[in-house]
Amino acid sequence: MCGIVGLFLKDKTLEPRLGEMLTDMLITMSDRGPDSAGIAVYGTDRDGQAKLTLQAAEPSQFEGLAEEIGKEVGARVEQRVIDTHAVLSLPKDKLSAARQAIKRLRPDIRVMSAGDIIEIYKEVGLPGDVAKRFDIPKLTGSHGIGHTRMATESAVTTLGAHPFSTGADQCLVHNGSLSNHNALRRQLAREGIEVETQNDTEVAAAYLTWKMQQGHSLGEALEAGLADLDGFYTFVVGTKDGFGVLRDPIACKPAVMAETDQYVAFGSEYRALVNLPGIEDARVWEPEPATVYFWSH
Amino acid sequence: MSDNQKSAPRTLPKYSNTFTPDVNAEIRRAAATGIYDIRGGGAKRKVPHFDDLVFLGASMSRYPLEGYRERCDTNVVLGSRYAKKPIELKIPITIAGMSFGALSAQAKEALGRGASMAGTSTTTGDGGMTPEERGQSKTLVYQYLPSRYGMNPDDLRKADAIEVVVGQGAKPGGGGMLLGQKISDRVAEMRTLPKGIDQRSACRHPDWTGPDDLEIKILELREITGWEKPIYVKVGAARPFFDTTLAVKAGADVVVIDGMQGGTAATQDVFIEHVGIPTLACIREAVAALQELGMHRKVQLIVSGGIRTGADVAKALALGADAVSIGTAAMVAIGDNDPKWEAEYNALGSTAGAYDDWHEGRDPAGISTQDPELSKRLDPVEAGRRLNNYLQVLTLEAQTLARACGKNHVHNLEPEDLQALTVEAAAMARVPLAGTSWIPGQGGM
Amino acid sequence: MQTYDLEADGLRGLNATLQAASGNETGWEVVNPRGSHAIAVGLDAPLDVTVKGSTGYYCAGMNQQATVRVAGNVGPGVAENMMSGTVIVEGDASQYAGATGHGGLLVIKGNASSRCGISMKGIDIVVGGNVGHMSAFMGQAGHLVVCGDAGDALGDSIYEAKLFVRGSVKSLGADCIEKEMRTEHVEKLTELLEKAGIDADPSEFKRYGSARKLYNFKVDNAY
Repeated sequence: MCGIVGLFLKDKTLEPRLGEMLTDMLITMSDRGPDSAGIAVYGTDRDGQAKLTLQAAEPSQFEGLAEEIGKEVGARVEQRVIDTHAVLSLPKDKLSAARQAIKRLRPDIRVMSAGDIIEIYKEVGLPGDVAKRFDIPKLTGSHGIGHTRMATESAVTTLGAHPFSTGADQCLVHNGSLSNHNALRRQLAREGIEVETQNDTEVAAAYLTWKMQQGHSLGEALEAGLADLDGFYTFVVGTKDGFGVLRDPIACKPAVMAETDQYVAFGSEYRALVNLPGIEDARVWEPEPATVYFWSH
Repeated sequence: MSDNQKSAPRTLPKYSNTFTPDVNAEIRRAAATGIYDIRGGGAKRKVPHFDDLVFLGASMSRYPLEGYRERCDTNVVLGSRYAKKPIELKIPITIAGMSFGALSAQAKEALGRGASMAGTSTTTGDGGMTPEERGQSKTLVYQYLPSRYGMNPDDLRKADAIEVVVGQGAKPGGGGMLLGQKISDRVAEMRTLPKGIDQRSACRHPDWTGPDDLEIKILELREITGWEKPIYVKVGAARPFFDTTLAVKAGADVVVIDGMQGGTAATQDVFIEHVGIPTLACIREAVAALQELGMHRKVQLIVSGGIRTGADVAKALALGADAVSIGTAAMVAIGDNDPKWEAEYNALGSTAGAYDDWHEGRDPAGISTQDPELSKRLDPVEAGRRLNNYLQVLTLEAQTLARACGKNHVHNLEPEDLQALTVEAAAMARVPLAGTSWIPGQGGM
Repeated sequence: MQTYDLEADGLRGLNATLQAASGNETGWEVVNPRGSHAIAVGLDAPLDVTVKGSTGYYCAGMNQQATVRVAGNVGPGVAENMMSGTVIVEGDASQYAGATGHGGLLVIKGNASSRCGISMKGIDIVVGGNVGHMSAFMGQAGHLVVCGDAGDALGDSIYEAKLFVRGSVKSLGADCIEKEMRTEHVEKLTELLEKAGIDADPSEFKRYGSARKLYNFKVDNAY
């Protein structure tokens, strides 16, 4: 059970303020999710470059990582450490080799996200504290989604926090509670899709990954989810170009959208949107049940 | 057929353990009527229970207290976390929510009288608060249910505490039912329903779903009542660890967990017998959740579902509950299933002790009925006196056991004061199998 | 007219003040609501409260006697369990508007989301625009007037609430049927539209209500 925020900027002049605006939205959702918080931000595309966001229990675990991985994949790898996370920048064609090298050489380090521009930060703690640790207000970009978590049945851990990565430059956050995630987790395991936690949302993320590996678009994967995912959910998915929203057919979990010429915004509650510029005159509405929405650049 | 065959010894008729006479009768009933069996009460099947635990008492290493002379307190404060006016009860045994509609006005009045005499609280139910009930109950807990039948802010303000009902032990995940026979004029008016219909209550609350929304609902209830009243959250025993954790995170002052033996006025038999876990199995889980949050004894835990004796009370407290709640036992105390009505129970196709067709509204004891003639059989004053007597006995029994363990307050009983007679009970209560130090799943020998 | 700044002075103070208010000081203006929850709840006096902006959950919850206007949108459960009085929303309403309301009038000038009038028990609700899915679910009594369209499963498992819809109905819920619009219904509808200050022609509405087929559990009595 949780709070979700999302912001998709149409107006480029707002891009330097993305992190600041998302942080403000995220903090308003602290009551809905005091256990952990996370944020996915889509920054600037650097030609031929890709990013890996990594997480470790201790920042010291990142020491010498960039050099080691760079040597291993034969390319220049840059590293920026922020608290328990590190963002590696490397040539796009070395991304998969780098992931394998990290898995082999540094098994204690987890990959939070991978892609051209996505960065995911998530940790246990109040949203405000988490945002501060990772200096989220300073982040810039074209869009991002955030999540505050009130854990239901799985542990309050960093890995249990949202967003969950669903593939290159993709991620998922969720408010609700799935009722068939255990059977689905077993089915996905048979398909070779790894799910690390007992979290229901990670299963939904893995399900989308699996569907897309089979050649479905994200929209098609979400449509398929309507049949295969049982329970209550409002999902927000981040993509390289924008974000999407899907509510279950019963649609009890809250969702508010606002749109102006400058942005499209999502909040679990209207409170999350009140500081956005021009919100007084925005078109404010609620997404329909069982309907896939997308906004992209 | 030859003579030889005729006189040969024969296999005796043998009933199946799968297709028992009970099961076959139910198949025939279903085939004839096309509707599931509806009944009142809680799970009737045998499940591990408090009877499977024993207290160790005093011995060479522990010293007992004298009965009567040396104090053994039983008072309990409920709702001290946020409420400006927490509830203070003389005994750690409360009366669970039972609706006017399910029960007669006389029965509700009797419960109020008995509880007030004993210094404890009683609780409304699905259908609202009656003036008789409010008038006779010194401390009254107002249930806030998915149906919101008879839900009224004036009554909310008149209540001493508010219990947000998420579920109950007889049917975690199910809504209520009240069949047409019991929707009398008064019940229909209180619930804004047509008279005589078979009423279904919603299973989810109409204006919130999940703990993140519940937190906001609790805020509203507190704002309406000036932050004075304790807010309980009641759940059926399903996932007590998570349910307790989430109730606390949503802002509850008190968590109420109702095990599968807890009764209902009417629901499907399949729900009663097959959903939820035994009362014994939920206490340690709930307490573990409170301890993990640093909230044990700060957010109080009330446990209900099949509490019958002072021993049950003492054992539930020893496992970490702050209080228990009784429903079925209170009904029996005021006269439900009394053998003195045996002829009438027989006429209804039942027998005293087994009568559970509470939904039909023909209760010979005048308790689970809206029939004016039957209802008159219950004298609320006399029935209230009986309930008080029974509550006193429960309390004295619990004190007896606590003193035997050397405790000057029943809340000082601990899990370590208990051992289990069966492996199942040892596992569920997380106390050693008697004579060993082995707790299944927790190690020891 | 008195003004209360919610952001500066807090929710507890607002509700305590309004709940204690009576007599002469009947006009109140609440500024900076900023989507806060439980604004102006539990009122029980003939006050006139205007909220200048959008609210969160349960605005004017359990209202009695008071008139509460919201110059903005409202979150889930506006006027939930209202007993009497009037609640007017200038903008749109989120889900559960007027849930379980026992009386009074709720006017939503814009659209209402899903479950508008869920388990309504006597409240009158007039919506200028559309209502979302599952509106008037288990509606027991009162009137729901929809000047626009209704979403899926209108009036599912309805008891005796009366529904009037001018536009289309995406689908009717279990046991909800279209019913004849008799003179008394036109009169009631005219009265409600008038009270709500919404200009709509009553003759353009259709009435929906219970087929009363779910009122008793079906038992096969053939044996």
